Amino acid sequence: MENSINTERHEYDVVVIGAGGAGLRAAIEARQQGKRTAIVCKSLFGKAHTVMAEGGAAAAMGNVNPDDNWMVHFRDTMRGGKFLNNWRMAELHAKEAPDRVWELEAWGALFDRTKDGKISQRNFGGHEYPRLAHVGDRTGLEMIRTLQQRVVALQQEDYETHGDYEAYIKVFAECTVTRLLKDGDAISGAFGYWRETGNFILFDAPAIVLATGGIGKSYVVTSNSWEYTGDGHALALLAGANLINMEFIQFHPTGMVWPPSVRGILVTESVRGDGGVLRNSEGKRFMFDYVPDVFKDKYATSEEEGDRWYTDQANNRRPPELLPRDEVARAINAEVKAGRGSPQGGVFLDVSTRLPAEEIKKRLPSMHHQFKELADVDITAEPMQVGPTCHYIMGGVEVDADTGAAAVPGLFAAGEVSGGMHGSNRLGGNSLSDLLVFGRRAGAGAAAYVDGLAARPKVADDAVEAAREEAIAPLGRSGENPYEVHHELQRTMNDLVGIIRKPGEVAEALQVVEKLKERVALVGAAGSRVYNPGWHLAIDLRNMVLVSECVARAALLREESRGGHTRDDFPGMNPEWRRKLLVCSTEGGSAVRVEEKIQPRMRDDLISLFEREELSKYLTDEEMTEFDGIAKS
Amino acid sequence: MSYKAKFKVWRGEGGEGRLEDFTVEVNEGEVVLDIIHRLQATQAPDLAVRWNCKAGKCGSCSMEINGKPRLGCMTRMSTFEEDETITVTPMRTFPVIKDLVTDVSYNYQKAREVPSFTPPADVRPGEFRMKQVDVERSQEFRKCIECFMCNNICHVIRDHEENKPAFSGPRFLMRIAELDMHPYDVADRQETAQEEHGLGYCNITKCCTEVCPEHIKITDNALIPMKERVVDRKYDPLVWLGNKIFKRTS
Ligand SMILES: Cc1cc2nc3c(=O)[nH]c(=O)nc-3n(C[C@H](O)[C@H](O)[C@H](O)COP(=O)(O)OP(=O)(O)OC[C@H]3O[C@@H](n4cnc5c(N)ncnc54)[C@H](O)[C@@H]3O)c2cc1C
Ligand code: SF4
Ligand code: SF4
Ligand code: FES
Repeated sequence: MENSINTERHEYDVVVIGAGGAGLRAAIEARQQGKRTAIVCKSLFGKAHTVMAEGGAAAAMGNVNPDDNWMVHFRDTMRGGKFLNNWRMAELHAKEAPDRVWELEAWGALFDRTKDGKISQRNFGGHEYPRLAHVGDRTGLEMIRTLQQRVVALQQEDYETHGDYEAYIKVFAECTVTRLLKDGDAISGAFGYWRETGNFILFDAPAIVLATGGIGKSYVVTSNSWEYTGDGHALALLAGANLINMEFIQFHPTGMVWPPSVRGILVTESVRGDGGVLRNSEGKRFMFDYVPDVFKDKYATSEEEGDRWYTDQANNRRPPELLPRDEVARAINAEVKAGRGSPQGGVFLDVSTRLPAEEIKKRLPSMHHQFKELADVDITAEPMQVGPTCHYIMGGVEVDADTGAAAVPGLFAAGEVSGGMHGSNRLGGNSLSDLLVFGRRAGAGAAAYVDGLAARPKVADDAVEAAREEAIAPLGRSGENPYEVHHELQRTMNDLVGIIRKPGEVAEALQVVEKLKERVALVGAAGSRVYNPGWHLAIDLRNMVLVSECVARAALLREESRGGHTRDDFPGMNPEWRRKLLVCSTEGGSAVRVEEKIQPRMRDDLISLFEREELSKYLTDEEMTEFDGIAKS
Repeated sequence: MSYKAKFKVWRGEGGEGRLEDFTVEVNEGEVVLDIIHRLQATQAPDLAVRWNCKAGKCGSCSMEINGKPRLGCMTRMSTFEEDETITVTPMRTFPVIKDLVTDVSYNYQKAREVPSFTPPADVRPGEFRMKQVDVERSQEFRKCIECFMCNNICHVIRDHEENKPAFSGPRFLMRIAELDMHPYDVADRQETAQEEHGLGYCNITKCCTEVCPEHIKITDNALIPMKERVVDRKYDPLVWLGNKIFKRTS
């Protein structure tokens, strides 16, 4: 019989969970530092969510506008996140992103070019200058393929020297991790199953990098795939790490709204970056009515000025369609609620009257293809209909900015599963660059941690046995269908903890989640262990429910509106809340605890990059007095 | 708007299987993958299928629909008659793991056999300068989402297991062409394409191009030009050198 003794077992220095941009970059780094590295992922190699990213990777290379530099990028990122960001992460990100993009080019990436042969950069919401390195609207594909091919290149090197492609870096594809294992306080390994066979697998490793992406599958309308069940968030919590900023969820303003089966699928922001405009059923470019005070002097006040900006950015302000995503999503939501929506319940996004058909096909080929094939709409001839969709979670594992280390020794996190970098709202294009910058840092952090270990932590047999029993349990039960439980969770989160949050509704959601926990413990999966999606979902439900509880609890506590968290009863930002993070943790996974924590103060040289007037919109009087002190000295 | 459609879906594991009949609801705007998901949620919870993006971007949901390789997520139900029985089977060229899921490791193995991008040793990151026109050819091939349907349809290996060791399939022959046309790649690609990856097996039937969901002109733009150059080189190695020198126009 299979038991903890005869479970398939592998020893590594570093195990990276996730093969998206963050995971691959982390694994490449760990291997380059001489560590034996495993990459584990739920899908096939090269299919992670990163593949779907469209618009580009933000990096202040200054190829299109030489005035761009890391300081401008840093400021834009902090503004986009409404100053809640971990400033150290925002700083490292802005400084290192160009090197990370150039490195991809040296590994074979072929970005679109400027006239003088450099990497071209495009405009995106919230970025002051054209800043996104891109390949048409399939940048994520280019990035993941390049990293995948870099892994292969390293394997070829290892084959040359050791006669074995997998001597130092191996991919475990279609393999899902269900538990992290510890020896005392420190990480000792990870436990999971092969999707293909249903057999269990054990990784014995002192360092684990989580790079598992997001949580969107807790919502009905989402741009995210089945993989986004918050596994990494839950694994970290259950291992004793903290999550921060879980109340901040980015609803991307433009998801498809029709046909119903593709509702939520993303329409890239590049459509607007390249000139597309939003209109309501009255034909009005309504975004002009929704420019918030903090951004008033940065956005055009007339259509003419906004249109001129595309060709002359020095003398005009950008059109309000390019406001940060949270603003645009709320505006669309408000227009639809006011009865000025499109026939299919969204608003109109039109690029057909703005660019020649050939240009649209060239700049937005995959959008053209997507609408043609899925909705029978030719975007070169007619407007699209779009509405908000759950897209990205700003919250995640609390980590050390420089090394990606979580509170648990041996545990690291990077990419969407980590928290802090984006504050309350992420700018488009800042994720792909985040993956590269912090993927590399977490890989290096894990390698250094392994070097510094006096003794290798041991995997405890009883923990393996417990993980095995937990994973196999749904197969033995004749309980409820996991798909039904999942659907109820999705509806609940979508309806009660969505874009606009009312305390009564969020509290109701928490009650539902409480009941769902009991049902999750009883779900049953029919069929065998071989590639059984019902069983896999039954296992994922534990994670989705736990993470949903974090989102709802934090949303109920934060009594203000900021970025990806909008409270109906507290419509404004509150400087006191800006200083506070909400930290989620759990003991044993049965209940989530949320505590307030004061943000560290921004370094003097960084805060001095901002104008006093701007800071005064975000900071408390006390913080402003401090700032005046710095300015004087 | 909704109706009941008849489906035959291949089910089985461990080398055995059969077509199973289903009657299932179809709503407006749905694609074949939606119907497979409905079957999972209502009638066959353990029905195995791969997918991720549901938007034709990840290349996971390759299957054969009425015998033709298609992406399940991009095949709209409205392309079929309501009374038509739709047959869904796994890709034929690769061993079945379960139901619609096949073992595609052949492709990853072939990918590993193609030597990686090899830039000149003296160009540092940030120093690459390439004209848009010069990268466009390789960019076309980099649109590939690795659905492996071209390798699945290619007759060289579709029913010929014995050719698999010697033939990398259109996907990876195209990868070699992509590197060959990269303005900064200095490795010799053409000879290995012929000698080690089986370019000679391809008799330009264009079936691969026809199934490519990204509409990449695999045969015309990758395979044929490479064949031509291989032939040229056999007569005159200087042609190869010349090609390399003129590739970079910047
Ligand atoms: C449609 C779309 C378009 C986007 N466009 C842009 C854009 O233009 N610019 C931008 O900056 N950002 C964009 N984003 C956001 C960005 O793509 C993601 O935030 C980013 O790719 C996440 O990368 P990651 O490396 O953190 O995780 P992912 O790429 O999602 O990878 C997660 C990995 O973890 C694995 N995994 C998860 N759970 C487990 C487990 N339990 N066991 C084993 N493996 C596991 C998965 O299999 C996967 O390999 C977009 C997102 C979407 C959905
Ligand atoms: S053109 Fe060549 S590679 Fe493509 S299907 Fe025909 S024989 Fe195979
Ligand atoms: S070339 Fe086309 S058919 Fe072949 S794997 Fe790539 S996307 Fe699929
Ligand atoms: S699910 Fe990604 S291509 Fe079909």
